[in-house]
Amino acid sequence: MTKSNAKAYWKENIRYVLILLLVWFLVSYGAGIIFKDALNNIKIGGFKLGFWFAQQGAMYVFVILIFVYVRLMNKLDKKYGYDA
Amino acid sequence: MTHSIMLVESLGVQNWTYILVGVTFAIYIGIAIWSRASSTQEFYVAGGGVSPLANGMATAADWMSAASFISMAGIISFAGYDGAVYLMGWTGGYVLLALLLAPYLRKFGKFTVPDFIGDRYYSKTARLVAVFCALLVSFTYVAGQMRGVGIVFSRFLEVDINTGVIIGMLIVLFYAVLGGMKGITYTQVAQYCVLIFAFMVPAIFISIQMTGNPIPQLGFGSELADGSGTYLLDKLDGLSTELGFAEYTEGSKSLIDVFAITLALMVGTAGLPHVIVRFFTVKRVKDARKSAGIALLLIAILYTAAPAVAVFARTNMIETVSNQPYANVPGWFKKWETTGLIAFTDKNNDGLIQYVADASKNELVIDRDIMVLANPEIANLPDWVIALVAAGGLAAALSTAAGLLLVISSSVSHDLIKKILKPTISEKGELVAARLSAVGAVCVAGYFGINPPGFVAAVVALAFGLAAASFFPAIILGIFYKRMNKEGAIAGMVVGITAMLLYMIKYKLGWFDNVLPDKSDWWFGISPEGFGTIAMILNFIVSIVIMKFTPEPPKDVQEIVENIRIPSGAGGATH
Repeated sequence: MTKSNAKAYWKENIRYVLILLLVWFLVSYGAGIIFKDALNNIKIGGFKLGFWFAQQGAMYVFVILIFVYVRLMNKLDKKYGYDA
Repeated sequence: MTHSIMLVESLGVQNWTYILVGVTFAIYIGIAIWSRASSTQEFYVAGGGVSPLANGMATAADWMSAASFISMAGIISFAGYDGAVYLMGWTGGYVLLALLLAPYLRKFGKFTVPDFIGDRYYSKTARLVAVFCALLVSFTYVAGQMRGVGIVFSRFLEVDINTGVIIGMLIVLFYAVLGGMKGITYTQVAQYCVLIFAFMVPAIFISIQMTGNPIPQLGFGSELADGSGTYLLDKLDGLSTELGFAEYTEGSKSLIDVFAITLALMVGTAGLPHVIVRFFTVKRVKDARKSAGIALLLIAILYTAAPAVAVFARTNMIETVSNQPYANVPGWFKKWETTGLIAFTDKNNDGLIQYVADASKNELVIDRDIMVLANPEIANLPDWVIALVAAGGLAAALSTAAGLLLVISSSVSHDLIKKILKPTISEKGELVAARLSAVGAVCVAGYFGINPPGFVAAVVALAFGLAAASFFPAIILGIFYKRMNKEGAIAGMVVGITAMLLYMIKYKLGWFDNVLPDKSDWWFGISPEGFGTIAMILNFIVSIVIMKFTPEPPKDVQEIVENIRIPSGAGGATH
């Protein structure tokens, strides 16, 4: 029982991590590097969008990602009884 | 005008610097005395009871070094868009740290990174390789910090660089040796406050001056305050192309190199031992996750402001000096000229300063560090703000140096002496050994600070490549791949770090060819700074291939892996 519990917990954990890392990759390597030139055609205020992602936006998303992970995992810990 | 304001104005930069540096140093020493370590557990991991907020602040200070504080904004202001590799690289690593490493290493519950490698891979050889990597990474990094301390002292207090290094050594020695991780943690909390205040105050002042927006992160995307209706960035792009430089928001590095450097810095950050050990100091697994988030939030305050400072400083600099008569330059220009950080040669003898991209016509050489150090003076900010920058630079350098010294001393006293050479050593004996190794490490770091080998500056940036090439794959595989065994991990680390060292020696130091090979020789067009990415991939491949042909790890080790994946029941660290 505890073994299968641990397995299911681990599976859900991995799923969260993969989704969050996908976002991590898209905002930095995607928007900030690979698609920078295309995004630079869009301007928000004085910022070209690709430049903004590379020097501002990616970092804001990184911070948010960790706090989302903290929330998700705290809930997951509770669901599987590992919050003790 | 009242007397007190007169007094404040007449103090001058010099006296303000003495006051601010003196007060902050007194605080650090006071904290050290209050938080002495009395056991190895306190010395290595601060007793394991640090709150997530305190640990987040300490991690942020530990992380942000003299390079982040003094050099980064300057590098960006010369590199434009390309500077993003440092911004994303040095913050994105925290996402990896929080999601892939910190919680599991905390649950594992030991003192050092080689501890994890040694136990997970049930091997003294693995532990030794890890100790070697930890020492290599930490020493290259710490030498740069001590030099940074010396430079700040010499520029602001007009003492000799070497005297500055020695003062810095004595301060670090005092609180690292006395307090261990416990002393370091609480001084780093104070140092974070000092450095972030010192960085943000001038940034906010200048943002208001130039754009009317008090938030620098928004200010550099705003219109200029002069009522012209032009966006600041458009103006800087225009100025840059006018002088023959690349457009500021476009950059000039190749896409693959930007990609590789960013990844190497991210992965390297997540593999740096002095950052990882910070997560051994909190109570529970959930605290480790949370403090990673707090750390990154606190780091991001400086990191998102740095590109704004870069734009303000670059625009100000060009406007102040470009095509201006040399005879009329402001006082700060002359002052920094004497330090050799600005150099002007009137090549065409017209008495004007030509600052252009074309090297044969360019008459002005500017050291990138000036962009932060002289920024308040260029913007005519009050004396106390200028002095604040000195105190902030010292806080940044000292906090990082202390964290690194602790990694070095615990690698020696715990991993080398206690775990390999003399397992019978008593708790008390180990604590003495830990303090003595800290003293030894400070002396070595100081020596390199005073006699910097020519290659230190070149190599510091590569500490990340070394960490990426060695620790990151070994730790990740250790957690996420139960079947990974000692043969695979050891081979991977050895191959990864060797490849990184060889590439660095060939393409960064040029020791193999007597001359530095041209950029066109780089493998796949990837610079030495970005090669950590390739070395890391090599490490992963070698580890997995070797593992396939060697026996699986013993049952009890597989159980350890299952156990660290479950967050509950993380006790205090044990031997």
